[in-house]
Amino acid sequence: MHGPAYVPKTNFTRWLDKRLPIIRFVNDTITTYPTPRNLNFWYTFGGILTFMLGVQIVTGIVLAMHYVPNANLAFDSVENITRDVNYGWLLRFLHADGASMFFLAVYIHMFRGLYYGSYKEPRELLWILGVIIYILMMATAFFGYVLPWGQMSFWGATVITNLFSSIDQIVPHAGTAITTWLWGDFAVGDPTLNRFFSLHYLLPFIIAGVVGLHIWALHVPGNNNPLGIDVKGPQDTVPFHPYYTAKDSFYLCLFVLVYAIIVFYRPDFFGNPDNYIPANPLVTPTDIVPEWYLLPFYAMLRSVPQKLIGVLVLFGALATLFFVPWLDTSKVRSCRFRPLMKQFFWIFALDCVLLGYVGSQTADAAWHLGGFDLPLVWLARLGTIYYYAFFWVILPFVGLIERPKSLPQTIAQAVLGAGRSQPAPAE
Amino acid sequence: MAEITAPEPTRRDFLYVATGAVTAVGAVFAAWPFIDQMNPTGGVLAMASIEQDISAIQPGQQVVFKWRGHPLFVRRRTPKEIAEADNVSVDSLPDPLARNANLPDDAPATDKNRATKAEWLILVGVCTHLGCTPTAFEGEYGGWLCHCHGSQYDTAGRIRKGPAPQNLAVPVYTFLNPTRIRVG
Repeated sequence: MHGPAYVPKTNFTRWLDKRLPIIRFVNDTITTYPTPRNLNFWYTFGGILTFMLGVQIVTGIVLAMHYVPNANLAFDSVENITRDVNYGWLLRFLHADGASMFFLAVYIHMFRGLYYGSYKEPRELLWILGVIIYILMMATAFFGYVLPWGQMSFWGATVITNLFSSIDQIVPHAGTAITTWLWGDFAVGDPTLNRFFSLHYLLPFIIAGVVGLHIWALHVPGNNNPLGIDVKGPQDTVPFHPYYTAKDSFYLCLFVLVYAIIVFYRPDFFGNPDNYIPANPLVTPTDIVPEWYLLPFYAMLRSVPQKLIGVLVLFGALATLFFVPWLDTSKVRSCRFRPLMKQFFWIFALDCVLLGYVGSQTADAAWHLGGFDLPLVWLARLGTIYYYAFFWVILPFVGLIERPKSLPQTIAQAVLGAGRSQPAPAE
Repeated sequence: MAEITAPEPTRRDFLYVATGAVTAVGAVFAAWPFIDQMNPTGGVLAMASIEQDISAIQPGQQVVFKWRGHPLFVRRRTPKEIAEADNVSVDSLPDPLARNANLPDDAPATDKNRATKAEWLILVGVCTHLGCTPTAFEGEYGGWLCHCHGSQYDTAGRIRKGPAPQNLAVPVYTFLNPTRIRVG
């Protein structure tokens, strides 16, 4: 989608435009880029995510100037950063809590995409690139969490890399060979820490590259919007600048306010106290839990009493996301006009929270309901079944049987209420 | 029959294909060092064995040593624990194999095959599910309980309940004398 073409005004910009049309590029992709006029609060998280990627890269580069990727020195070097390096405490917690804020934003961004049908034709590739970014983010966060070399770092690395040992149950010894190759040793150790540091430094730049493709794939069809209907003409759009630069900046400020409260007042809010104990290969902490943003998948893994199937269920939950554009059979994008899907969507959102909660509890935890004990593992099983059913059963079938509400003619009509004959949207 | 109308391949066509093939094979060969560098180094491969004095371990006690980066469990079992493990039928076990590096691969998981000297049970302390260290004297079978994902092992270190697929591994070991072992 393109807005008004760029016209260079000075001799220099004319000269530049013939050789490197960079101002034209910025003009087309940001300044005049036509954007639906009805984007709401939930659409500001793309900008927030770009900002957070920048924060993580900048804080990460400076932290790497003080961090030592060696099994004997890593823990102390992180303490040194926190206590002795000038503003090291700030940089460290901006980075560590930044990861959590990054995931918070990406989850809102993804649920928004699901609710408004932003994955549907013609934005399938945009969604798939997003899923790739999400998986790269999880890998990066995992590598980063290992670096302080505390107890949770060490045992998290052990458990996650051992997921690959389940391949032994398909090809004998292949899984063990892969884990040994990943570790560079017969257990998680110094070689593992070194390579994880190298990869943790590399992956954010790969993410930045895929983000570039993601934005490119966004700018070809243009933004979806809360009504889920196509832009019909210039009356439906506003230029990205100043309208959405202003809107995004405002919500970015609110987001950064929350981020700052955590960094300055509760820096260890998302952390686990066990990670302030140096890594000990002989003792596993009694309650080993991943970071909050991985908990739903952890609950799915634990809900299956068989190793290989548990691992497949975990990775399958991620792989499922790639198929979402083709699983949804509805012609209507936005859940605003899908009364049935809207309900299933909110159950799905609650389901993810429930799985996250179960994942945060111990493996043998139970709810005491009257004289009856409900093992949480059964909740996890129920939650896992709903997760899969939502994508593979509900999404295809509801699209076929649901009778959507009538869609407005144009975005402008819905927003401005022109020609009152059409009902204005409820929200 | 269809006539072959394509022109005879020229010497140039041959050179194109040959160059492409050599490049592809070369790329594969060039990639290998970048993959193999991640495998354990010679220093790591020169796996040390350890010798330990076990005379101080009392019946009903477990001591943990470090061996090849992993915890090594040396547990001196009580007669009751031995009897409990011995009374289990191998057919009823989730993993019927001994997993004892001192025995053939297909040895059954009898208590005798797990602990050649019944009093001394020597195990690699790595849960066969996802590699956590199980806690001794816990769980329904009095052997080990892995807190990570709830796998339970009996007093012979055999998996009885939970997601772990195999019994805890028995490493290669020898008794140098009644109170001294060499592992590895």
